[in-house]
Amino acid sequence: MTATAGGAEQAIGRLAGRHRLRPLEALPWVIAIAAYFLFPDYLPLGAQVLIMVLFALSLDLILGYGGIITLGQAAFFGVGGYTAGLLGAHGWSEPITGLLAAGAVAGAFGVVTGLIVLRTEKLTLLMLTLMVNVMLYEAANKASTITGGSDGLQGVVISPVLGLFRFDIFGRTAYLYALAVLFLAWLLVRRIVHSPFGRSLTGIRENVARMHAIGSPVLLRRLTAYTIAAALSGVAGALLTQATQFVGQESLSVDRSGGVLIVLILGGFGRLYGAFVGAPLYMIAQDRLSALDPSYWPLAIGALLIAVVMLARGGVLGICDTLIAWLRRRGRP
Amino acid sequence: MSTSAAALETRGLCKSFGALPVASDIDFRLEQGARHALIGPNGAGKTTFVNLVTGALPPSAGRIYLGGEDVTALPQARRVKRGLARTFQINTLFRGLSVLENVALAIGERMGVAGDLMRPAGSRSGVIERAFAALERLGIAEDAGRLVRELPYGRQRLVEIAVALGLEPKVLLLDEPAAGVPGAENGTIVETIESLPAEIAVLIIEHDMDLVFRLARRITVLVQGSVLVEGTPAEIGADPRVREVYLGEREHR
Repeated sequence: MTATAGGAEQAIGRLAGRHRLRPLEALPWVIAIAAYFLFPDYLPLGAQVLIMVLFALSLDLILGYGGIITLGQAAFFGVGGYTAGLLGAHGWSEPITGLLAAGAVAGAFGVVTGLIVLRTEKLTLLMLTLMVNVMLYEAANKASTITGGSDGLQGVVISPVLGLFRFDIFGRTAYLYALAVLFLAWLLVRRIVHSPFGRSLTGIRENVARMHAIGSPVLLRRLTAYTIAAALSGVAGALLTQATQFVGQESLSVDRSGGVLIVLILGGFGRLYGAFVGAPLYMIAQDRLSALDPSYWPLAIGALLIAVVMLARGGVLGICDTLIAWLRRRGRP
Repeated sequence: MSTSAAALETRGLCKSFGALPVASDIDFRLEQGARHALIGPNGAGKTTFVNLVTGALPPSAGRIYLGGEDVTALPQARRVKRGLARTFQINTLFRGLSVLENVALAIGERMGVAGDLMRPAGSRSGVIERAFAALERLGIAEDAGRLVRELPYGRQRLVEIAVALGLEPKVLLLDEPAAGVPGAENGTIVETIESLPAEIAVLIIEHDMDLVFRLARRITVLVQGSVLVEGTPAEIGADPRVREVYLGEREHR
């Protein structure tokens, strides 16, 4: 780009129009709806993928945009999952209010833990988020009279969505329900990352000292983002509970926290669509490879992670960017 | 706010890191609209003083006043809201964002719209236009769309100043504004500082004596965390103690 007055106008235009929808952004939704008709036998897996996309999307808000590194996001996923499960097991079977309640409880848990852990940074922050997750996992284990402990929470009853659509064994309702919730969450997250608040989160990721120096209430901003991400993770956990009518202790596991981090790194973080690429890649590969031989999956994910870290820091979407830039250069005479 | 109040004042300001005192009993006044320089040898505590005044570091003792009001207990962000802005000795910018957005973020914070979660940042055209105008004033508008990390260091120094000016400060602390800038580009920075609005009180922390004597109308000399002497450039230039600790040291190099 040459340094001309035109370049300056372009800079203003780019900043002013960044939030506008581009045609390419319809692609994930077209694929998701096409998949519903093309792969009717895989809808239960499809619903799980959509739930993972939502979970990873919530992580992207704080990790990719806010620069908050966490190894404990499953704590919120699990809190949401158990909230929806306990409601369903104790007579509150209406799914949408169950989802909202799960989001609210997970969000509240986000405020409380965020007030403690967000005062730290980097490795300390990573360890504290991990500790919150581990402690919660153990608490759920001990409180087996409430949570079912390692056997999981049984007897979860979920009513039909809107009183019309039963959760069927083919996973049709679960898939479309998860897709609708994901779409709404995506609209919300997309709005947030393009809002002034979202840009200030990016500022915090880029340079905290400068954010303090321009008078930004950094802790409040990070706490707000952390709470929103916690609530969305809780909704993702609740979706899984409602789709499977069961809550396993695994929903709270550190493995899940690590898994969602891998999903986001594979897809590419800080770009809103990394979750949409990483989650299907991760979960479909897991499903296919495990079917061949249970040992293939850990081997494959290990190799894939090494490849991404060594060769493509931006994940799959980062590779796409590099390719497009390369093609553009080649295309120019 | 009374007219006699200093733009910035410290009384008995102290800071120790463990047993090591880095600021001892600093009494300092920055008058309204001042062009004041803070000089001193390496390790004199100049940057520590800036960090205490802005609130990046809590003082061990003493008070800090902005426009006559005690701000000692206020966090950094609240002091900025009261008109205190700074630049950093080492560029502290959003390197992965465009020059325009660097300034826009500051302006968004000042206008109190930065916490808005729902409205697109781009639709805040007032913010972007003001940011662009700020770049135009400093003559770096043609770089608006470039990422900060793509700019030469000297240009980045100007962005530092543009971001601080975006906050519309009453008091501006410039921490070695020309540090790391090649001599040829030095002039642009000096001109930029000379053209700052007269109503802004400016404190320049600087090593470069030519720059100090060109820009400052008052000079405070800091040595080992204490104020050695304060006066006009002529008085400071003639002071034998200053020659000994500061200028003398310079000649040995």
